Amino acid sequence: MTFFFEVLIGGLLAGVMYSLVALGFVLIYKASGVFNFAQGAMVFFAALTFISIVERGMNFWLAIAVTLAVMIALGFAIERVVLRPLVNQPQITLFMATIGLAYFVEGLAQGLWGAQVHAIELPIRDVPFTVAGVNVSQFDLFISGTAAVLVIALALFFNYTGIGRALRAVADDHQAALSIGIPLERIWGIVWAVAGFVALVAGLLWGSRTGVQFALTFTALKALPVLILGGFDSIAGAIVGGLIVGAAEKLAEVYIGSSLGLNIGTGIENWFPYALAILFLLVRPEGLFGEKRIERV
Amino acid sequence: MFYREAGQFKTTYPADQQILPIRQDRYALGAILVLAFLIIPFAASDYWFTAILIPFLIFALAALGLNILTGYTGQLSLGTAGFMAVGAFAAFNFVLRVPGIPVLVAFVLAGLTAALVGLAFGLPSLRIKGFYLAVATLAAQFFIEWVLIKFGWFSNYNSSGVITAQPIVILGYEFNTPRSKYLLTLCIVALLALAAKNMVRSGTGRAWMAVRDMDIAAEVIGIRIFRVKLLAFAVSSFYCGVAGALWAYAHLGSVEPAAFTLERSFQILFMIIIGGVGSILGSFLGAAFIVLLPILLDRGVHLIPGIPRDLLSNLEFIIFGGLIIFFLAVEPHGLARLWQIGKEKLRLWPFPH
Repeated sequence: MTFFFEVLIGGLLAGVMYSLVALGFVLIYKASGVFNFAQGAMVFFAALTFISIVERGMNFWLAIAVTLAVMIALGFAIERVVLRPLVNQPQITLFMATIGLAYFVEGLAQGLWGAQVHAIELPIRDVPFTVAGVNVSQFDLFISGTAAVLVIALALFFNYTGIGRALRAVADDHQAALSIGIPLERIWGIVWAVAGFVALVAGLLWGSRTGVQFALTFTALKALPVLILGGFDSIAGAIVGGLIVGAAEKLAEVYIGSSLGLNIGTGIENWFPYALAILFLLVRPEGLFGEKRIERV
Repeated sequence: MFYREAGQFKTTYPADQQILPIRQDRYALGAILVLAFLIIPFAASDYWFTAILIPFLIFALAALGLNILTGYTGQLSLGTAGFMAVGAFAAFNFVLRVPGIPVLVAFVLAGLTAALVGLAFGLPSLRIKGFYLAVATLAAQFFIEWVLIKFGWFSNYNSSGVITAQPIVILGYEFNTPRSKYLLTLCIVALLALAAKNMVRSGTGRAWMAVRDMDIAAEVIGIRIFRVKLLAFAVSSFYCGVAGALWAYAHLGSVEPAAFTLERSFQILFMIIIGGVGSILGSFLGAAFIVLLPILLDRGVHLIPGIPRDLLSNLEFIIFGGLIIFFLAVEPHGLARLWQIGKEKLRLWPFPH
């Protein structure tokens, strides 16, 4: 039983990592209806920029500030160069544009900083400790704490600031928001900048876990089942979806994988979250917390 | 002035319903076919066959398949490469395990196998829509890749999962030179393209487009959405499956599941976006663009001296991504639309209206 709980908790904590990336997707989808495939590339770009300037001798906190500034600039630049010419295009076109953007950002990151693998040293040690007989990693707990703070901060930002209210208005109805004088372009720029900030947080945490390398861009693929499970436009969905996917993935790996006896376990995590998400979707086609779609002829 | 239907009167129903109603278009297509079948086989070098022409044709076929699903039926799919992999491995296994089976029959069976798999992954499309479905098709991509790597049976227990295509022998003639493989590919692609063109002009195609434009309205006027969507998945996967089989047999010779990754699916998606969503011609134009672009980029970037090697590949990434964004911003309906605009201009020239 202890073993079960250990696997479960390990999975839940790993799920939080997925949620962090999924959050960035949700923010952008909510505000602009764009399915931003470049989020993974942004995570990679943020982490690589941060570690490269730290390795060039900059102070840790200063480097975070500089990287944040770079990500915000990137967010506004994307709005200006990519989104603005594509206003009123179908969603699939915008989606394709973000795939192009992903290529661009990946190439830019590696072109600027090189393709070596870096290690990030965060000031938290990755030592396990024991609660009621269950081993928990301190680092994982720190990540969960960060995610919680992030979600609370975003919730406050969305609900209690003027910009947050404008963001929600834009998410509800672009045209109505425009007609009451909300500057759509600036709002989109802000959303992309916030998504860049989330990418920075995700990049730091993922980077310190796996090292900063090109594989970070694949975190986007990890976040997709989380997204469809939770619903594209729900922050709560991103967190709950992440927890479900993380836990289910680890449990499936350990229990289904070994019990089938087919030597089937390894690699199952590549597709299992997707299969799980599809099962959920068959019951709730908009994900767990996604906005209900009303279809009219 | 040069391109005008003036004086061409349609006096019969068949004349009214032909694929290319304007005489000049028919001449142009005839010229292209003559060029492809009679001139290129003798004019092109082996490099052209193996590096450009054969991949172009196969990609065009896969793009055609994806276009049927995404462009005509409106179901965004990211699993194209997965269905290609099914086709390649199915063809390999049919030839391997059914003694004396003709290769072309194996290709058709491979396409049908891919169609079956496509049907299975198309099932959720009744309830799931839009991007949710797109992500769901990713499941197909990852699952197929995983199955092909995990179970050795599919690659005849090759330790690294590589399949080596058997020689293509049809009626005693062995297709072993790049030229003959090109001609074989060309025949298959031309036939399937004709079939696709006719499908999208028929009632089936109309039903697909009705579902794409608004599925609820389509249902109201009596189109059985589920059947129509599943049919689109099956036909699309059939095309992708045949393309995959050709990829293994006519292009690479030996492939592994890693040849059919998500990257490949995106590549084919790019083709239809750049070529033109919902256009047969667009599939070909897009395939040509995506096949030629990296080659041209590679050549072009090398002209600038003094750039280190690793920066070069990243620069290609940047230019490729930038070009795609640029293209979408300038002409979101793709090359096919540009072609249409050009034709319209030619009709009116030298007058402005």
